[in-house]
Amino acid sequence: MSVSATRFSVSTSLNRWFGQHLSLAIGAGMLAFFIIMAIAAPLIAPYDPVVQMADARLQPPSLSHPFGTDNFGRDILSRVIWGTRIDLQIAFIGVVFPFIIGTMLGTIAGFFGGLVDTVFMRIVDIILAFPFLVLMLSIIAILGPGLTSFYIAMALVGWVSYARLVRAQILVLKNSDYAVAAVSLGFSRMRIMFRHLLPNAIAGSLVFVMSDAVLVLLNGAAISYLGLGVQPPAAEWGIMVAEGQPFVTTAWWITFFPGLSIVFLAFAFSLLGDALGDLLGVHE
Amino acid sequence: MHRYKFVLYRPLQFLPVLFGISIITFVLVRLIPGDPARVLLGTRATPTAIARIREQYGLDEPLWLQYFYFIQNLGRGEMGKSILYKIDVLRLIATRIEPTLMLVITSVVLSILIALPMSAIAARRQGRLPDQAVRVVSTMGIGFPPFWLALMLIIFFSVKLDLFPVSGYGNTLPEKLWHLALPSLTVALSLSAVVTRSLRAAMIHSLRSDVATAARARGMPESIVFWRHVLPNSLVPTINLLAVNIGWLIGGTVIVESVFALPGMGQLLVRAIFSRDYMVVQGVAMVFACATVLINFLADIITVTVDPRVKL
Repeated sequence: MSVSATRFSVSTSLNRWFGQHLSLAIGAGMLAFFIIMAIAAPLIAPYDPVVQMADARLQPPSLSHPFGTDNFGRDILSRVIWGTRIDLQIAFIGVVFPFIIGTMLGTIAGFFGGLVDTVFMRIVDIILAFPFLVLMLSIIAILGPGLTSFYIAMALVGWVSYARLVRAQILVLKNSDYAVAAVSLGFSRMRIMFRHLLPNAIAGSLVFVMSDAVLVLLNGAAISYLGLGVQPPAAEWGIMVAEGQPFVTTAWWITFFPGLSIVFLAFAFSLLGDALGDLLGVHE
Repeated sequence: MHRYKFVLYRPLQFLPVLFGISIITFVLVRLIPGDPARVLLGTRATPTAIARIREQYGLDEPLWLQYFYFIQNLGRGEMGKSILYKIDVLRLIATRIEPTLMLVITSVVLSILIALPMSAIAARRQGRLPDQAVRVVSTMGIGFPPFWLALMLIIFFSVKLDLFPVSGYGNTLPEKLWHLALPSLTVALSLSAVVTRSLRAAMIHSLRSDVATAARARGMPESIVFWRHVLPNSLVPTINLLAVNIGWLIGGTVIVESVFALPGMGQLLVRAIFSRDYMVVQGVAMVFACATVLINFLADIITVTVDPRVKL
């Protein structure tokens, strides 16, 4: 019994070490690949992403067009490569603002408590129950289609998750010995909040950034798919899927490759999130 | 019975939430540029005709008064009249609620049917090949864009195998379920990835718990330990996960409804927003919000029932 138990624990810890660093390596490698593709798009894309070639319409994947061409004769591979720029930008901007806003508000609510915290939690309740799509579509109807409307909607809603994570941590940490010591040393509230408490409270949010990036990427691509985000002829993965939809039965490659790119970029974020969670000791 | 006391006072907390949502929706919809009367009558309408429509729908009143009427109507169980469809908003929603509701229910059921065996296999063979496979598949599954997955399922199941219809809804229950097969599979594949990850983690945690160890010590076979002790203890986090995700799920159905041309609430909402059909947008938003609040409430009740240790 004890022998088998030891063997079990050795094999799981080996597995763990391997799994942790494997997902870190693969996730970071994939993300680096996409970032390089975005930066070097003009150098590595074989064709211009928006130039239409009338004599090369709807061609299946071949040596000269590895991902085929669409109904305008545009090279899908080149469009997928250029699309990396926009979709990475969607994931980045769509996460950064909610992260900053949510972390600040969560820290303040958790630290001050009382009325501030009560009001804060009521607002969180309202936003959590608010149908995101109503907000998203209304903002697009007010400001017009485009990514700016999308980023604003994400910032208005997305901060809630970060704020809740940070607030829960701050509530615990503000009673810890080092926080009490900092108070007795006469440090200012700002200094205690942002220099002492926040760095210890932020691990969960950092891990959540990666899962959030997946959600934001999928939402941004979906909005563009509905025709309300990125506008044609720009190369973005979601809109490419929408453009290929009428030809889905005859020319599958137009929709297949852009969608697959979304899956792989999302996979990279998820793997990084898992690895980061293990490294920082954060578990859902 | 003491543990169920929250059932009495929790609904009181819903009121401020729903009140807040009604104000935000009201303001948002009225910020949309364009006049509903003009959308309805077209660009060549005479000013008198527009004025008449505005008066008929109360659009000439001051904003605060319009909001007051909206709340007053809501108190009487009315939501006003659709400008575009010219019928009562609640009746309009009633005709559209079924496909969305069916889609949500079938997707949740399907995703549990997928996630339960996957996570059970993974958790009982933790770290071994089946577990690694489940982990990779579920991690990848989270990132599948629903609109793309829908098209891929159409290529495979409708075009190649000719098994399921590509769009529409149907009239009888079997017909409806047949039409819902691909839409709910689309939602379920994404949802089951999330559920599998949560269930697997919870199962691994309870496999190591004292309850499981004690059951094993009493000589209980591992399979019974699993089904009788581990599984029930793993359900609580998953129920809460499903409840938290319900808003996201309702949002996701809009995309799936539009790919498969299902005549549900999502399509109604998209059309209403872009034709400035104020009353319909408000109505749909309130119904979505109530559904979210209600489902979270139900999840709390289920949690307390399933797990006697939880106190709310």
